[in-house]
Amino acid sequence: MNRNIKDSVIEGITLVSVLVIILVIVSILAVTVVGGWKSLNWSFLSEFPKDGMTKGGIFPAIVGTAVMTIIMAVAAVPFGVITAIYLAEYANEKSIMAKTIRFAVKTLAVVPSIIFGLFGLGFFIGFIGKNMDGLLNGGELRWGQPNILWASLTMALLTLPVVIVAVEEAIRTIPREMREASLALGATKWQTIKKVVLPGSVSGILTGTILAVSRGAGEVAPILFTGAAYFLSDIPHSLSDQFMSLGYHIYIMSTQSSNVDATLPIQFATTLVLLLLTFSLNAIAVVIRYRIRKNAK
Amino acid sequence: MKNQIGSGKNDHNPRNPVTFSKRKFRFSDWFAEQVIRAVAFLAIAIVILIFIFVFREAFPIFRMDQTKTSASTELVQENYGGTETVPSSTPQEKTKSESPEIQVTTIDKPSSTLLSKAWMPVSDNPRYGLIPLFLGTLKVTLIALIFAAPISILAAIYTALFAKPRVREIIKPVIELLAGFPSVVIGFFALMVLATIFQDIFHYASRLNSFVGGVAMALAAIPIIYTLTEDALTAVPKTYTEASLGLGASRRQTAFYVVLPTAVPGIFAAVVLGLGRIFGETMIALMATGNAAMSGINPFESVRTLSATIGAEMAEVVFGDTHYNVLFLIGSLLFIFTFALNALAEFYIKNMVVRRYQSKK
Repeated sequence: MNRNIKDSVIEGITLVSVLVIILVIVSILAVTVVGGWKSLNWSFLSEFPKDGMTKGGIFPAIVGTAVMTIIMAVAAVPFGVITAIYLAEYANEKSIMAKTIRFAVKTLAVVPSIIFGLFGLGFFIGFIGKNMDGLLNGGELRWGQPNILWASLTMALLTLPVVIVAVEEAIRTIPREMREASLALGATKWQTIKKVVLPGSVSGILTGTILAVSRGAGEVAPILFTGAAYFLSDIPHSLSDQFMSLGYHIYIMSTQSSNVDATLPIQFATTLVLLLLTFSLNAIAVVIRYRIRKNAK
Repeated sequence: MKNQIGSGKNDHNPRNPVTFSKRKFRFSDWFAEQVIRAVAFLAIAIVILIFIFVFREAFPIFRMDQTKTSASTELVQENYGGTETVPSSTPQEKTKSESPEIQVTTIDKPSSTLLSKAWMPVSDNPRYGLIPLFLGTLKVTLIALIFAAPISILAAIYTALFAKPRVREIIKPVIELLAGFPSVVIGFFALMVLATIFQDIFHYASRLNSFVGGVAMALAAIPIIYTLTEDALTAVPKTYTEASLGLGASRRQTAFYVVLPTAVPGIFAAVVLGLGRIFGETMIALMATGNAAMSGINPFESVRTLSATIGAEMAEVVFGDTHYNVLFLIGSLLFIFTFALNALAEFYIKNMVVRRYQSKK
């Protein structure tokens, strides 16, 4: 009897923990929505910052984030999908190669995002960019400095594991019988992958892409010194331009701005935009994933 | 041939589909496989490249020692302190190096200040003491873990063991939404809301400090620890639960005395990975810890973490400068540490889990 009471108390504590976490999530959402709702209107989304960034909108940050995540997805998704195909279809689980690749993917997933920033600075800018300048531009500085291309590629490395995990999960839900039917009809392995496996995992690829975009849109540390800019009077026109990003904008406005209080509405509204963006992308991905799992059962 | 189709051994191995005695060599098939293999190898290549390029930029800090010349200093303590460079005739027992490419006018050898207690990278006599940064990181990590680990493990226990299936379907995705919150948003929340609330409660002096930062980082670690713990709890074989229930134990007794102890290695792995996330978190540290390199133990003091130091200072340093190299050295340390944590979670703990479940086969 005594033990029973003790156990109920413990079960109660576990329930309270769940409620506390949900309460925190709700309060982050509520604070952002309440703080940012008033300033969020069409002109805020479509205007450039004005008066030393104390007024105006966040149009260049939205465009910058969008362009950066598009380039990132173009780079990360094909590589992620192919790696997932290898892991799910070709790799022998016991081989050292497969194990090492799996470990490498997990490592990429846990390496702190700031390390990707350092790597982007040392590799893309300091090594590839400098050498590109030497070969293409005769030493003139163009690629050997932070820009949107290097920032996007850095972010692509960060989001690669997200794509791989989502796509592999989807590929594994395709029934073995479908592959066998294809092979029995005389299709080769590659034909089977092309005509059976890939079409069957389209929703998984979509989930992976959405999750990667959501992650990439929200991360700031990797682009701190690989391409994000404090303020630009124009949106990026070439791959060698710097760009403004929503996350970086929030960071700069809330910590380095000369007049934090005056820009408070802008900060909240920018946070709301970023949160709505990542939140809705994640929600879509959750729904698609739920359907994949349901179909698999 | 026909026993290939249903042979239980190869059921889950897509490498052994139905094999025909005479398989025609097809170039397109072979080519596709090679390309896929090569691209998959890229994941390994990237990790190796990260290793190489982060370490490469950190390395000069140890090589620069002998080539130090101090032109404008009053604190010369080496007997060769002049304006011209002295090639490899130095009294230090370090390795000999070629003539210097980089001329830095520092007084102390940069590598000898690494273990000092002062982080003053932009003074006249720059000191790159990593101790306060380490202590700061440790303090924030501990505070974050104290908050994140219990609450996420308890929540996972409720979700995996007590919640009704329909409730579970709701709770799990909702908590996992927290993982989708960008860390800059959590940092902003800490800066605007948590800092004010905590200051009202505890009445401390500096508004941003390791406590605020730690609590905010706990928010970032909760979804990781929660999800992995939940996975570990649901991975406990059904036979365990059924055996316990069959012997007359209650649902709660089964949860606490059978399922939970079995899942301990998995839960430990979850905490380790959550630790890695906290340790490397940059944006929350930049926004909520106050960024002053102090090494006291008071949790309400400002601290500067390793990753925040990189994030705050890298944009302002000169390419190839000592300060630049030291920041890469900090990055290398962060990388080694998270790499080791991941390896620990991956190999050691996984083996423990496998050994625990082996008896069921």
